Amino acid sequence: MTESPAEAGEQVATPPRRRKRRTNARALHLMLVPGILVVLVYEYGPILGTVMAFQDYLPAFGFLNSEWVGLENFRFVLSLPDTWEVVWNTVSIASMKIVAGLIAPLATALLINEVGKKYFRRGVQTIIYLPHFLSWVILGGVLIEILSPTFGIVNQFLGLFGVEPIYFLGDNSWFPATLVGSDTWKEFGFTTVVYLAAIVTIDPTLYEVASVDGAGKLRQAWHITLPGMMPVIVLMATLSLGNVLNAGFEQVLVLYSPQVYDSGDIIDTFVYRMGLIDFQYSAAAAVGLFKSMVALVLISTSYYLAYRFAKYRIF
Amino acid sequence: MKLLDSRRVFVVFNYLFLGALALLCLFPLVHTLALSFSASAAADAGRVTIWPVQFTTAAYEYAFTNPQFLRSFGTSIERVVLGVTVNMVLTILVAYPLSKAPGVLRGRTAYVWFFVITMLFAAGLVPTYMVVQATGLLDSIWALILPKAVPVFNVILLLNFFRSLPKELEEAAFVDGAGHWTVLLRIYLPLSKPALATITLFTIVAHWNSWFDGIIYMNSPEHYPLQSYLQTLVVQDSLSVRSLNEMDLLQEVSNRTYKAAQIFLAALPVLAVYPFLQRYFIKGINLGSVKG
Repeated sequence: MTESPAEAGEQVATPPRRRKRRTNARALHLMLVPGILVVLVYEYGPILGTVMAFQDYLPAFGFLNSEWVGLENFRFVLSLPDTWEVVWNTVSIASMKIVAGLIAPLATALLINEVGKKYFRRGVQTIIYLPHFLSWVILGGVLIEILSPTFGIVNQFLGLFGVEPIYFLGDNSWFPATLVGSDTWKEFGFTTVVYLAAIVTIDPTLYEVASVDGAGKLRQAWHITLPGMMPVIVLMATLSLGNVLNAGFEQVLVLYSPQVYDSGDIIDTFVYRMGLIDFQYSAAAAVGLFKSMVALVLISTSYYLAYRFAKYRIF
Repeated sequence: MKLLDSRRVFVVFNYLFLGALALLCLFPLVHTLALSFSASAAADAGRVTIWPVQFTTAAYEYAFTNPQFLRSFGTSIERVVLGVTVNMVLTILVAYPLSKAPGVLRGRTAYVWFFVITMLFAAGLVPTYMVVQATGLLDSIWALILPKAVPVFNVILLLNFFRSLPKELEEAAFVDGAGHWTVLLRIYLPLSKPALATITLFTIVAHWNSWFDGIIYMNSPEHYPLQSYLQTLVVQDSLSVRSLNEMDLLQEVSNRTYKAAQIFLAALPVLAVYPFLQRYFIKGINLGSVKG
């Protein structure tokens, strides 16, 4: 996010050219106008709207006439026993997803890299990242169908081994695992391709040298492929830090039900229910604001670390 | 020789494992497809795995006579066409100026931060809803388009791509008296086709797949796009009240085959663009890693 050093050079221009540039530059500013207007209203507008977290917001009074209550909403939310459960659910589900989401694609990429047959390699890749492009509504519909304890094919299959039907989506001890498993299932193929792209950039002569020295495939994977992928692994790991409070809003909203609120309610679904279903606007906004503040710190930290350790810059 | 053998065992195991992994990704979808073409009795008896049992298209016929399904399908298409157009126009118009050096675009740093801040800080659901409501978009298709009209991440991808184009082309055009609009339309855009195609495809999929905004911003379910309607069908099914007429029809078509058919129909457009998506997908990753 630092400026490129081209600035100094560009500003020294001959007078006639500068005039040309200036008239030109007006076009540039003009181009930005529509985008700025939209962002101003729909991104910055809501940021101003967060003041409602400090009000007893009533729609009839609006932001200007609603009563200011200071930190009362925060105090109220923190006093709810649900809040701590929800924070815990969010962080634990998100952390499990992050770990699984780092390891599964890495292992898959290493295994695919060992495949000699090109068509097989390409076929597997093409299939495993398909779920990434489908929405959680579609995958949720599919999962609800196949995981159903009464007629779902998964429980039918497990039944062959004498396993009692498992309520994957209705049992608090299974629900978080189902979330983590299905999320990993949806996304591992996509990340695998990122890792494979990193493997391709490794200098092939390293492998030749290693095999001349008598290193087997396993040693080559350990001493060449893995270290070669390290920058990408570090990058993915540091960037995922920004997601510690994102346990998967859309996924949870599709898959959960009141039976599993204890184990599956996360900050985002909590805010949704409190704000838009129970109409406790100010309390919901307070939770949302709290999440946004922590997320800001987490994302900034993760970008900083990614820059520090992997020289990653978003632009 | 020993080593060679263990290598062979590994290779066989590896092929089997990866094959199983691919099946694991494909099987649930194939199963749903098979279910949608099966007779309801067979489906409810759990006799369907990956092949339709007592093949029938009844579930699809039912879906296509359901006015809500057709309406939602239409809304989704309208949303994709409008939304992608707006997204792409604004992405290009923002990315081009920001791809210039700070000396060319005065205040570039401020502009960039103005947009990037929105990636770092989101106000949250409730205040965003309030703004959409206050600007009178509730129940209108624009509620699904305007709030996310500037996809900042795509802007950054595109501006990085613009920066990688040779400066000389632009300078030559300026010498010939061209302005920025001409340079953008005649030089940058034609040269950026791969990048634009990638972003367009991903935007199409994103708009098609969105459903949560439909649920919250549309007051009446008739205005739901397809995926929002599906969400109510899939998730809130037990809560929904069906008309008697619908009940009659549903006796022939089981709830499960009917859902399966609609799920598959909703996935179809993505499956249709998938071959193109995956062609650009690897490129897109490389695009994302290009640094300015």
